[in-house]
Amino acid sequence: MTSPSPVLYDYILSPSCYKARLMAALAGVRLALRPVDFHPGVEHRGPELLALNPAGSIPILVAPDADGDLILTESAAILVYLASKAAPAFLGSGKPAESARIQQWLAFSARLTASLGGARLHEMLHRPGDLAGLRASGIAALRELEAALFEQRLKGEAFLVGNRPTVADIACFPYVALAPDGGVSLDAYPSIRLWMRAVRALEGFIEMPGIHRLHELKPDPHEAPATAEA
Amino acid sequence: MSRDAMIDEWYPVGLLSQLLPEGRETLLMGETIRVSLGADGRAKVATTAGHPLPVTERYGHVWSSLGQPARPLFDIPEAEHPGRRLVDVGVVRVRCSPLRAVENFLDIAHFPFVHTDILGAEPHTEVESYKVEIREEADEVWATQVKFYQPQAAKSASGGITTEYMYRVPAPTCSVLYKTCPPRPGEWDVITLFVQPLTEELCDVWPWMALYDDDTPMTDLIHFQQMIFLQDRSILENQIPRRLPLDPGMEIPTRADLTSVAYRRWLKRHGFTYGAQLVAQ
Ligand SMILES: N[C@H](CCC(=O)N[C@@H](CS)C(=O)NCC(=O)O)C(=O)O
Ligand SMILES: [Fe+2]
Repeated sequence: MTSPSPVLYDYILSPSCYKARLMAALAGVRLALRPVDFHPGVEHRGPELLALNPAGSIPILVAPDADGDLILTESAAILVYLASKAAPAFLGSGKPAESARIQQWLAFSARLTASLGGARLHEMLHRPGDLAGLRASGIAALRELEAALFEQRLKGEAFLVGNRPTVADIACFPYVALAPDGGVSLDAYPSIRLWMRAVRALEGFIEMPGIHRLHELKPDPHEAPATAEA
Repeated sequence: MSRDAMIDEWYPVGLLSQLLPEGRETLLMGETIRVSLGADGRAKVATTAGHPLPVTERYGHVWSSLGQPARPLFDIPEAEHPGRRLVDVGVVRVRCSPLRAVENFLDIAHFPFVHTDILGAEPHTEVESYKVEIREEADEVWATQVKFYQPQAAKSASGGITTEYMYRVPAPTCSVLYKTCPPRPGEWDVITLFVQPLTEELCDVWPWMALYDDDTPMTDLIHFQQMIFLQDRSILENQIPRRLPLDPGMEIPTRADLTSVAYRRWLKRHGFTYGAQLVAQ
């Protein structure tokens, strides 16, 4: 008997929900998706979802567990749960410094959500906010990330913590990749761009709108019958 | 360029289902307007100086104009057939010319590359020949007999099918797409793109649908369309030149572009140039 799949309260355009979908895909965990009418319906602020998550945000993961349903409302916790269940290598080696660095990036990812995610909601879905302030804090976070990834490259390591992907990468990747949606360019960050390529090249990687797969890895582009631009 | 000829056209400015008595400010062709719910339960649109603007309530949206529309809003007779599910997809802001947003919607050649494995797939990138015309009596651009192989043509499609499309441009910033309807052969699903020109290089896009699909939950229908549209957004924001060139010769047309060529010609003929570029730069 297999236990029923965890249920993800999901929105196709939400980078935070995509973190959970991506982690599940990489770990080979099947999720039951429960679409939430985030826009235009604002269903995440309705009674049914507020009962699950009083903070009024998604993702929400409801996972059947030994002691009843486990309800998780923070994407970082969802990533840790999925990795612990099915892909423990995404939690690092367990050495104290490594575990701590992963935690450091999971907490850092909340800054990306608030800044780059806020600018994106403002630019794309009319959410009120101080756009200049959101962009400035997003850029500050990107500069920290670029510096850290540059150091990693000097050590010969392609990911945030070590030379293999961890939940830290999955937590930071979506809002960074979608920064241009909020009017923040990634042109100035070569180490970030290389790191994004490494994430997109992972076995089992899935896309979301705005984050494309690596078409470049497909067979000889010179044989393509038409050009790719619209 | 100028907003003269386009000023007397109707534009979407909000969802009927989301009107508030206190109203909401938005832009129409550079002008700040307020869209609100009147005491009589009808939509109201006015300039910031309180000057009332024309209002039409149709297809889930509030429509208005800064000028004096000579004609009522275009008809979509199919959309008003009973039995269809009407889907308010919401709004997405795009930093692009309103005309570019419509033109991208008309282009099927990008399906396999931008909507990979949904609306198109490699190696099925060939666009078969189809028919494009400017229908003089209706004064609309039409493309018919457009056929394309699609892995997942709609939320209700369970596998790959060859889909047939008809495209129609009844107003400078609106396009109506008729598409083979998987659950009901013989009928067409209606998928529209209503574009609100905020400025010449910024627009709010309000997709709307009238579908024969009794099974798919409403939220899934909304998400499917939002997913498709958001796959286009970053491409639209990076197009060069930012405004739609109306002069022939700037881009070499392929078969897939014939609709776009007709659209540009029709815009130029009417002097619909808000968001357009007339002289090659
Ligand atoms: N709990 C945080 C929040 C994630 C988040 O910000 N989610 C957005 C959607 S992408 C949300 O639900 N926002 C609520 C709102 O903006 O009303 C997480 O799981 O990382
Ligand atoms: Fe598209």
